[in-house]
Amino acid sequence: MSATLSHQVRSLWLLARAGFRRHSTYRLALAAGLTTNAVFGLLRGSILGAVVASAGGTLGGYDAGQVTAYVWWGQALLGAIGLAGWSELRDRVRSGDVAIDFLRPLSVPLGYLAGDLGRAAVNLLGRGLPMIVLAVLVFRMPLPTDPVTWLLGFVAILVGVVVAFLGTYLLNATCFWVVESRGLQVCYLVASGFLSGLYLPVHWFPEWLLLLARCTPFPSTLQAPLDVLSGRVSGAAAVTTVVIQLSWATTLFVAAQVVTALGRRHLEVQGG
Amino acid sequence: MAEPTRGGSLAAYRTILRARMRAQASYRISFATDLLGTLLVGLTELAEVWVIYHNVPLLGGLDFAAALLVFGVTNICFAAADLVVGHLDTVPSLVRAGTIDAFYVRPLSLLGQLVTSDISLRRIGRLTVGIVVLAIAWSAAGVAPTLTNATLLGLALVSGTAIFAGLFTIAAGLQFFLIDGREFTNSFVYGGSYAAQQSSLVYPPPVRVLFTFVVPSAFVGYLPAIALIGLPGGPIADPAWAWWSPLAALAVWVAAALAWRSGTTHYQGGGG
Repeated sequence: MSATLSHQVRSLWLLARAGFRRHSTYRLALAAGLTTNAVFGLLRGSILGAVVASAGGTLGGYDAGQVTAYVWWGQALLGAIGLAGWSELRDRVRSGDVAIDFLRPLSVPLGYLAGDLGRAAVNLLGRGLPMIVLAVLVFRMPLPTDPVTWLLGFVAILVGVVVAFLGTYLLNATCFWVVESRGLQVCYLVASGFLSGLYLPVHWFPEWLLLLARCTPFPSTLQAPLDVLSGRVSGAAAVTTVVIQLSWATTLFVAAQVVTALGRRHLEVQGG
Repeated sequence: MAEPTRGGSLAAYRTILRARMRAQASYRISFATDLLGTLLVGLTELAEVWVIYHNVPLLGGLDFAAALLVFGVTNICFAAADLVVGHLDTVPSLVRAGTIDAFYVRPLSLLGQLVTSDISLRRIGRLTVGIVVLAIAWSAAGVAPTLTNATLLGLALVSGTAIFAGLFTIAAGLQFFLIDGREFTNSFVYGGSYAAQQSSLVYPPPVRVLFTFVVPSAFVGYLPAIALIGLPGGPIADPAWAWWSPLAALAVWVAAALAWRSGTTHYQGGGG
């Protein structure tokens, strides 16, 4: 039994490494993404900074330094936390290749999640780290000072990647039943962007919209790590934030397993 | 082979465009979904402005009505440019696959063919958001319905669309050199559009200079808006400059012509 488990862990590790290698091949693309992220960071930092200044120095729990941190950590994590770009499962359901995935002795969502963690690691190192260095050097972004915040922040990023991936996975999994899923994809893209805190902090939303956002897993993707790393929440509140993230990750993982099993029974692959 | 006459190539373009439009409209559900998509994207961007003004009464010297005026003009211009030339974004894929060779050998202009290779009617969704917002903002901001103001608005819409169309073309020309680094150009195409949606005064002076005199975003929405409403503007943001927007558009077009020419002559063929 333990041999099987270690075999599984090894498979997942290899998948994660393959994901890392696959996405680190295109270095020029990485540099290009970095430039665009930096320009948007510059613009967003100016705009959101002006909003906070216009509100009298603090808004929704952010002061000037924290809103700078919110913007730049957001730009840094944008690549790692993939909100809606992944479509491998959808393509494989359409082509029938997913049948091969089902033959493998590995949970399908877990296998893809491992690959996505590799992709996230590339983006965190390649796109995230330079952005943080730039933000600290040029825009005087304050960094967390105590190791506990760093640790919680790192966990929050990791769980954020997982929640974002599982959400996209579930979206892809609708293709087991629906042929034309583009409408759903569009709605998901718009909702995930707006409710994850990608454009503006969800804490600036009016009450009802904030409530709506909290009923979805989206704030657990990006807003949660941003809250922890910008210092908007600390201590017990930061732990609560991560616990909420973990409960979303668990819920979505169970859902992904169940939906995959149901989809597998529904799936019909053409050809011999 | 003889060069086609001007009238002949016009007729060819007309036929191509008609075919493209018919093709898009014949997949009804797919088209409706795409339309919904751009409508939702437009509405999300509007929601961003609304959330900001839910928190503060003034940003960069603009109140909500004035900000809507900037938003309306900018979105109309961007959506119109995107509708006509936005699909130049596909140049990197064509170059990478070598399929652009097919465009080179046909007896029509390369740019003309690429522009007419698609006409993204789905962008009408976002265009509609822009038009409705502009109509509301025009009266809400108390713009006097004079001939001068109407002329200024017309000038802004035409120049703004030309500016964005030019930026798309510059990007497409650079793609022949960049290939994998396609995302580099997003920094000034989409970054330029993003920057144009806010008051210039929220940006620190170096950024303001960049998005006024290098990428002339300020000429699209902000400068015309403050001229129409009669706001004073500020340093490096003079409402009188609104009348110079055609000059800004011309400068972008000269740059676009140079970029396109050097890009297309740089291309050596896909070896087919």
